[in-house]
Amino acid sequence: MSARELPAIGQHPLLAEPVRVARRAAAAYLPAFLLLVMLVGLWEVAVRALDIRPYILPAPSRVWTAFMDTRAVLPEHTWTTLQEALLGITIGAAVGVFLAAIIASITLVRRVLYPLLIVSQTIPMIVLAPLLVIWFGLGMTPKVIIVALIAFFPVVVSTSDALLRADRDLIALVHSMGANRLQTLWHVLIPSAIPSFFAGLKIASAYAIAGAVIAEWVGASSGLGIYINRSSAAYRTDQIFVAIVIIAVLSMALFAAVHLLSRWAAPWMHLKDGGNS
Amino acid sequence: MRASTVVRTMTGIQVEGLSLSFPGRPPLRVLEDIDLDVPGGSFVSIVGPSGCGKSTLLRVLAGLLVPNKGTAQASGEDTCGRAGHTAYMPQRDLLLPWKKALNNAVLGAEIAGVSKHEARERALSLFDQFGLAGFEQAWPSQLSGGMRQRLALLRTFLLPMEVLLLDEPFGALDAITRRGMHQWLQEVWQRDQRTVLFVTHDVEEALLLSDVVYVMSARPGRLIERVDVRFPRPRGLEVVSDAEFVDMKARLLAALDRAMGNVPD
Repeated sequence: MSARELPAIGQHPLLAEPVRVARRAAAAYLPAFLLLVMLVGLWEVAVRALDIRPYILPAPSRVWTAFMDTRAVLPEHTWTTLQEALLGITIGAAVGVFLAAIIASITLVRRVLYPLLIVSQTIPMIVLAPLLVIWFGLGMTPKVIIVALIAFFPVVVSTSDALLRADRDLIALVHSMGANRLQTLWHVLIPSAIPSFFAGLKIASAYAIAGAVIAEWVGASSGLGIYINRSSAAYRTDQIFVAIVIIAVLSMALFAAVHLLSRWAAPWMHLKDGGNS
Repeated sequence: MRASTVVRTMTGIQVEGLSLSFPGRPPLRVLEDIDLDVPGGSFVSIVGPSGCGKSTLLRVLAGLLVPNKGTAQASGEDTCGRAGHTAYMPQRDLLLPWKKALNNAVLGAEIAGVSKHEARERALSLFDQFGLAGFEQAWPSQLSGGMRQRLALLRTFLLPMEVLLLDEPFGALDAITRRGMHQWLQEVWQRDQRTVLFVTHDVEEALLLSDVVYVMSARPGRLIERVDVRFPRPRGLEVVSDAEFVDMKARLLAALDRAMGNVPD
């Protein structure tokens, strides 16, 4: 009964001062950052020392120059790609949750749908993209569909799995209290699926930007994919690298956003001191 | 006996001719011809070897299992296959990890239709009594084993039902914490005397807490012994060394030996 049994509740990460969080993050990511700086430095030195042609491998400094030269058009391309990715991942997640719910609640649907879901992932997106352009034109629709197709799969697999694995004893407990189906869903099933849903969404977020770029590659008027396509046609390898960096930064930002969202939605999963004393 | 003034009319638990077996080849006979009467407002325990079907009986009374034969009633309602008539506390504490302590405490009351505001008020007033003061906003994973168990008990007590079904609530606790819990449970129960059916495999615990102790035999479970405990309450630890207590304990242990088939009867 003593108060000593419990770790301080004030240690909850959401309650900690932002400054402390930032400092901890800086300390945590410093090694990765240093490694990156080292690799870029090595790259610069190697390209100069070995006198590699810029269209084969541009030095980081040259990539930077290309970035500055094209910075007038980059925001538009980037914004297009980001929009497609965000829209696609949102639709993919929504469809994923819906499918997970019916897969988990109806056995027949599970048996019929699950194999089809796997088949849907065996079709290479690079094959599907031209077809979607034929069907939906050069606008945003085919890109959003591609991203949604990439995003829904990890969401539906992880979420339906979590729903099916929900603690039977917890369900029995709320049933003994007289809970109806809706109350069981609200108090037990949804919360127990949230962490897995976000795990799936994190995987989806890592691929979403790249998915949008592939879709744009096939045909678009704006977007990082078409920027890469044009750069490649002009042997502007330095511009391709600019796009690669932007794609990497966007993907990391999206991943981080999903991570923060999951901390907000499932704070109990992120307690610093989760163990009993 | 008890210095209680039972204001409410409590009807307790009535089980008649109850048999239950799980399907299979051959079917697993778990409970056989159980007759049990728990008067309203009394504390009755069932002791028995593990796997004998004690928990199964509680699950029938909680409305989670349907017996093959016989009837089961709690507070005047048929519980066979009908949940929501008893306050059931399973063996595991089963706190919801995604709810803070206070929200876990009011879960049952909320589901049973008590207004959230009212349930919270009551819960808050009981946190101190349950030794949980100051931990209203803690997550379950931040609580010690003893506290988790008390929180699960609090949740059970907050359910607006007359009959409490407690399945080895202290089974997972160490001996010292357990002793403290026994004293504490007596106090809490004496304050609002509701009907309790308590399942344990600890004979001493059962004698300390109960008005009546039954012994259940190994599968198929039958009630093979009954001991009435008439010590005044509250019962301190000194009662354990009382000659009558020791005598009753011996009777129960002998019955348990028979229950497990160690001694032919």
